[in-house]
Amino acid sequence: MSLLELRGVTAGYGHFTALWDVSLSVAAGEAVAVVGPNGAGKTTLLRVISGLIAPRAGDLAFEGAALGGKPAYEIVAHGIAHVPEGRRIFPALTVSDNLKMGAYLPAARRRFAESLERVYALFPVLAERRAQRAGSLSGGEQQMLAIGRALMSRPKLILLDEPSMGLAPVMVLRVFDLIRRIREEGYTILVVEQNVRQVLKLVDRAYLLEVGRIKMEGRAAELGEQDFVRKAYVGL
Amino acid sequence: MIEPIFLAEAAINGIMLGGILALLALGLNLIFGVIDIVWIAYVDLVMVCMYVLYFVVQVYGWPFWLGALAAMAFGAALGVGVHLLIITPILGSAPVNQLLATGGLLFFLQSFATFLWTTDHKSVRLALPSWEIGGIFLPATRLIPFAISILALVGLYVFLTRTYVGTAIRAVSQDREAMALMGASPQRIYIVTSAVGGLMAGLAGALLLFQYSVHPFFGGQFGPLTFMICVLGGLGNMVGAFVASFVMSEIISIAGVVWSTEMGYVIAFVVFIVMIFARPGGILARRQ
Repeated sequence: MSLLELRGVTAGYGHFTALWDVSLSVAAGEAVAVVGPNGAGKTTLLRVISGLIAPRAGDLAFEGAALGGKPAYEIVAHGIAHVPEGRRIFPALTVSDNLKMGAYLPAARRRFAESLERVYALFPVLAERRAQRAGSLSGGEQQMLAIGRALMSRPKLILLDEPSMGLAPVMVLRVFDLIRRIREEGYTILVVEQNVRQVLKLVDRAYLLEVGRIKMEGRAAELGEQDFVRKAYVGL
Repeated sequence: MIEPIFLAEAAINGIMLGGILALLALGLNLIFGVIDIVWIAYVDLVMVCMYVLYFVVQVYGWPFWLGALAAMAFGAALGVGVHLLIITPILGSAPVNQLLATGGLLFFLQSFATFLWTTDHKSVRLALPSWEIGGIFLPATRLIPFAISILALVGLYVFLTRTYVGTAIRAVSQDREAMALMGASPQRIYIVTSAVGGLMAGLAGALLLFQYSVHPFFGGQFGPLTFMICVLGGLGNMVGAFVASFVMSEIISIAGVVWSTEMGYVIAFVVFIVMIFARPGGILARRQ
């Protein structure tokens, strides 16, 4: 049984429809990527799953419970953490206060000390900079903080929106490496990326999204082999 | 030439006034920083709380401290009421409509207070001592409100930096959507913020009643000044508002001794206008 299941989801902003009839599933323990060009609707897809926008049609289920139309602050409690596009850390709060906010929900708050230790073990640089304002961190460190903050809610599924965006090439590799380690800890991951070559090495399966519709789906290795995908997105 | 002792006394009075102004400004600024709407009627809510305190003390004979607590509780409830009835429906509206709605509340409160309690000035008589130190006159009616407002501001600081809810309030003021992703319902954070802002209005009302009498147009006396301090400090900037409170109170107090109280306000407003051109982001903002 899949952990996350989307069936025929259509969504958008105002009169604009960004997603058309999207069906997708993620099994527990799996890492899945959604790739596609700019403006394909990748960010919208994650925003629908985390409840930041409500779907216009279709079903959204997590562990069998229908989530469609629930607000974002209720969806977190089901075990979905969203690392949004552009990281969206709280710049004027310290690193440790950002992590504290990640554990805002009562259930997460009770296990705060334990979660914090895990996040600091995973990202030692955050422990070093715990008293620093989050806005003063480098781009890569901010991305680590955004991921660490998401882990603080003890999620079952992590949604990652363009984790490599705006990072120096060396940092991109480090962030992908860290995502791999998070994977190995048993988290289920749904990642949206433009850096197709790197992300296909990381995930089990991938979906190709184009102008709001799923165009292709398959094992990451197979998708990487397709001439069409290689030419269009991998740049080989 | 004015004797230095008078200037020293004016400077000390300025500090005392600054404490209460800071309480007013930080209450208004807290709400603006989180909810993004300026409660133009904030000091009119203070005025209503002052009436509550006046009546429970003068008419029902409650002790002043108990009346002050009641005024704070009333202020908190009033804050939540204003948020639910007036602010919630206009959260997504154009700024001009938000201004009109909270401005409408201001006129409603002034007219309703006039209708209920007439335009008579009402004051609570407090028998409090005065001290003289080195020729400077220190009345308890100024010293006590100043000390309590500083304690309250320390309390606010601890609340905003040391508690989960307080930190969440600051987080929402930085990124509302990201905080929803952490599991915080924006509306619940708004209600807590409005309650804290209302509580501060109640406390400020109680402290103002030490020195001032209350009347339906009391808001006109402190409302523009409070708003000006928030803008001067940078809207939403708590430290800036704190600093601006003392800058303004010193100008008013010192100019009041050198020339007259009216002139003190004139100079304060001129300084404000000049500062708006020189540093539009507030006194603590970096220059662009």
